[in-house]
Amino acid sequence: MNGIPVLTLLTVLPLVGAAIALVSGKHARMVALATSIACLALALVVWTHLNADGTMSLIERASWAPSLGIEYHLGVDGLGALMLVLSSIVTLMSVDAAHRVRRQPGLYFALVLTLEAGLFGSFTALNFFHWFLFWELSLIPAFFLIKIWGGARRGPAATQFFVYTMAGSAALLVSFLALFVATHSMDFGQLAFLASTGALEPMITSHLGSVTLWLAIGVLAGFAVKVPLAPFHTWLPAAYAEAPSPVTMLLTGAMSKMGVYGLLRIAVPIFGHQMAQMRTPLLVLAVITVVMGAWAAAAQKDLKRVFAYSSVNHLGYCLLGIFALAIPAAGTAAQASQAAALNGVILQMFNHGITAAALFWFIAMMQERSGGERGIDQFGGLRKPAPVLCGLMGIALFSSLGLPGLNGFVGEFLIFRGVFPLAWVAATVSVLGLLVTAAVILTVIQKVFTGPVPEQWAKFPDLHGGERLALAPVIGLMLLVGLLPQLIVDTVNPTVQNLLAHWRF
Amino acid sequence: MLAWTIYLSFAGALVLALLPRGNAALARGVALCVAVAGLALAVAGFVGGMGHARMVLVDVPWVASMGIRFTLAADGISRLLVLLTGLAAVAGVLFSWNIELRTNEFFAFFLALIGGVYGVFLSGDLFLLFVFYEIAIVPKYFLIAIWGSTRREYAAMKLALYSFAGSAMVLIGLLAAYATAGSHSTGLVELARAGLPVSFQMWVFPLVFTGFAILAGMWPFHTWAPTGHVAAPTAASMLLAGVVMKLGAYGCLRVAIGLFPHGLDPWGFSFIGIGSWRDVFALLAVIGIVYGALVALAQTDFKFVIGYSSVSHMGFVLLGLMALNQIGVTGAVLQMFSHGVIAGLLFAIVGRIVYDRTHTRQFAELEPMHLSRRLPFAAWAFVIAGMASMGLPGFSGFVAELQVLVGAWSVKPWWTLAAGVGIVIGVAYTWRALQKAFFSDAHAPHGLHMHVHDPHEHAFAAITWPEATGVALLVGVSLAVGLYPRILLDTIEPAVKALLAGGVQ
Repeated sequence: MNGIPVLTLLTVLPLVGAAIALVSGKHARMVALATSIACLALALVVWTHLNADGTMSLIERASWAPSLGIEYHLGVDGLGALMLVLSSIVTLMSVDAAHRVRRQPGLYFALVLTLEAGLFGSFTALNFFHWFLFWELSLIPAFFLIKIWGGARRGPAATQFFVYTMAGSAALLVSFLALFVATHSMDFGQLAFLASTGALEPMITSHLGSVTLWLAIGVLAGFAVKVPLAPFHTWLPAAYAEAPSPVTMLLTGAMSKMGVYGLLRIAVPIFGHQMAQMRTPLLVLAVITVVMGAWAAAAQKDLKRVFAYSSVNHLGYCLLGIFALAIPAAGTAAQASQAAALNGVILQMFNHGITAAALFWFIAMMQERSGGERGIDQFGGLRKPAPVLCGLMGIALFSSLGLPGLNGFVGEFLIFRGVFPLAWVAATVSVLGLLVTAAVILTVIQKVFTGPVPEQWAKFPDLHGGERLALAPVIGLMLLVGLLPQLIVDTVNPTVQNLLAHWRF
Repeated sequence: MLAWTIYLSFAGALVLALLPRGNAALARGVALCVAVAGLALAVAGFVGGMGHARMVLVDVPWVASMGIRFTLAADGISRLLVLLTGLAAVAGVLFSWNIELRTNEFFAFFLALIGGVYGVFLSGDLFLLFVFYEIAIVPKYFLIAIWGSTRREYAAMKLALYSFAGSAMVLIGLLAAYATAGSHSTGLVELARAGLPVSFQMWVFPLVFTGFAILAGMWPFHTWAPTGHVAAPTAASMLLAGVVMKLGAYGCLRVAIGLFPHGLDPWGFSFIGIGSWRDVFALLAVIGIVYGALVALAQTDFKFVIGYSSVSHMGFVLLGLMALNQIGVTGAVLQMFSHGVIAGLLFAIVGRIVYDRTHTRQFAELEPMHLSRRLPFAAWAFVIAGMASMGLPGFSGFVAELQVLVGAWSVKPWWTLAAGVGIVIGVAYTWRALQKAFFSDAHAPHGLHMHVHDPHEHAFAAITWPEATGVALLVGVSLAVGLYPRILLDTIEPAVKALLAGGVQ
């Protein structure tokens, strides 16, 4: 790997694919498939070439605009590399699922690949300016994908999505401009170093007055919208429901992870101390996100909205884990809890990405077969006409429920294992979220899979060979991670230790 | 060797899920072979383990960074309950011989449930126990939801949600114990030795005990049991009453009492005669015994009588546990085994032998059928099973309940008297069911002899060999244990002694 700018190549590859897709008309999906398979292969290469001590590897660094503190600075550790793998898997799934794009397929797949480039860029960037560019870059294709190919009320949904995220981004930008004024740096590593030595806050105070807490809030707000954290989640159900299902797969599977990733890469290293000061209100919001998300999912009648709110619930566990560990660790037991929680958060990011994307894929398949129907009460007894569809979707549903043996369980267990000693009230109340989620998932299974078959679905087509082949690796991955979580934990754990060693709360 | 019961059952489930559909005979054959092999292993393990203390069967690291190990271990209690599971599995397959609807899937879920149950009884690690406990919930759900009868979807959901609620409470207790112990292990032995503070045990004991006792049918959390038992297909009722309720009781004993024995200590004050958690749960057990028996007395549905009788009989298990002395706990463990066999037999007679021929379970409709003459095998089988269930000397139930009463008498004489009343009501409801279902004279206006040759009464299908074998197996076991209880007591007593010595001071 010496000398080859792998990360740059990885980011450029989908952009090249996008350009080709744009002009290849009907064959755009083939181009996109080839590109996303190549990206996945390259991401796996990155995953296997990480430093064993969990520090940044594959670093690329070049001067860009030194007077503005802007540098071309890339690198990955276990966290970043896992997100690269996740993004490329989810993109591949999404492209695979989008085989019925009739209107302007060239543009559609070009936008999807641009979105992938945005994901790759933001998961590898180590300089704010560079990172922000890709953060915004991913937003624009997402907006158009909802706006042009979405459902009946796509207009307001796309606008709401865009406005919310832009507002969050604006808060982020203002905070980082203030940081630049105070420190003359936009490099995440340098800012984190200043924060870990305790020099950052005095620098900000001497230049701008006591605004550090507000800067932290600005940064947190940007990520809180993206993940989302209640009460900033209101854009999400509409956007997830109105976006075409393959795009929802990208939104929930990969884009929501940009927010969690941002918290871990940017907010905690730089504003860890401020987060520790705001820990209680943040934990309250995280618990509300977890419990509210599950209850709201229980109240929905539209399958896409059920899983949209369920995503809010699942990512709420990530927020719970991050906020709970934002506390000065006293003793090795507390450090072990922090490490467990952080390992859990990172695993949960991956697992939720795979499972949620799979669930929206299944919804896409059901919509294709039912003429766009997705009301939970419209279906029934599908097990009889479509046993394979229901069996595989059942596995994905149980993964979402957090059943041991499947991937969803491991991350959530580690998060609870870590959070419990650090914030036992928050953990205990959040268990309610697990329970309600179980009720939601079982209700979906009951209403959609079992019971009498309505007449119009008596000949509901089951999965055909190609679909089974496409889904098999995804389901296999759920089982693999569920039974052998060490495949991921062993690579992520050094990064977790390294991150925790440098964070200051 | 015992560990293979788990692997074999899950492997059998997998094979059945993958077998080509449409060959019910093959599926039955495979299921029977797997169940018999499991029973053979269980018997070999039981016989081979006689006179031995706790033995570790398997101990390998699983998620090393979290101190989680795949540990299987067996003491006398585990070996006994594994033997019970083996018996219930074989009997369950025999009484499911006539399942024609999706036979492969039925037996796949059946064996998966059996595998999960073996796993719980053999787990030497709390985390592993929890994993198996959760895994067992899913096949239970599907067995009822797909192959069930009366209000099956409601019953399946209720059972699953009660189970998940129970396991959520157990999860909190698990995490709390792990965090408080400060050891990097979730091993049952390690946790028991960790010396958890008394104040901690005081709050975590009722949480974990209640979590497990929900599945043991403890009043007032028993309501899933009658609906679940009635809705479930025969084999699943047999497993629910026979082994799944024992999972709960086993968890109460092994985890709640074994790890948090000081949770049973007196509070230091007393309110209307209740001065400790021990009193609380003993009272709930006594209420369950009497309440279950009274409600059983009022039922018009044959299967509901058996369903509520299970609540009553499981009350004896909980009462025996709360006696906390050698004889009481030994009686409780023996009662788990005895009730597992007898309840399985009763459900088999009511749900399979009688219902599949008469297609009704209502006493009002059974009364004019004169089953004692038309189904003499069923009538006499029920007479024997009923005698065993009443706790007549010579059957396993007598030894078990007598020991429980003797054990509890030394602690709570008045409450034990109330439990004794429960036994008397038990005689009454069993007698009433026997009368109404088999030996009624109702609607016989022309005298008995007229009906003997009534040409309008079509003959019922003859008793098949699987039914006869199953009845013989279960009756034989109950009689053998009743006449010579030492074959089990010699295994139970040392294990109980070790458990009480390790925990309760």
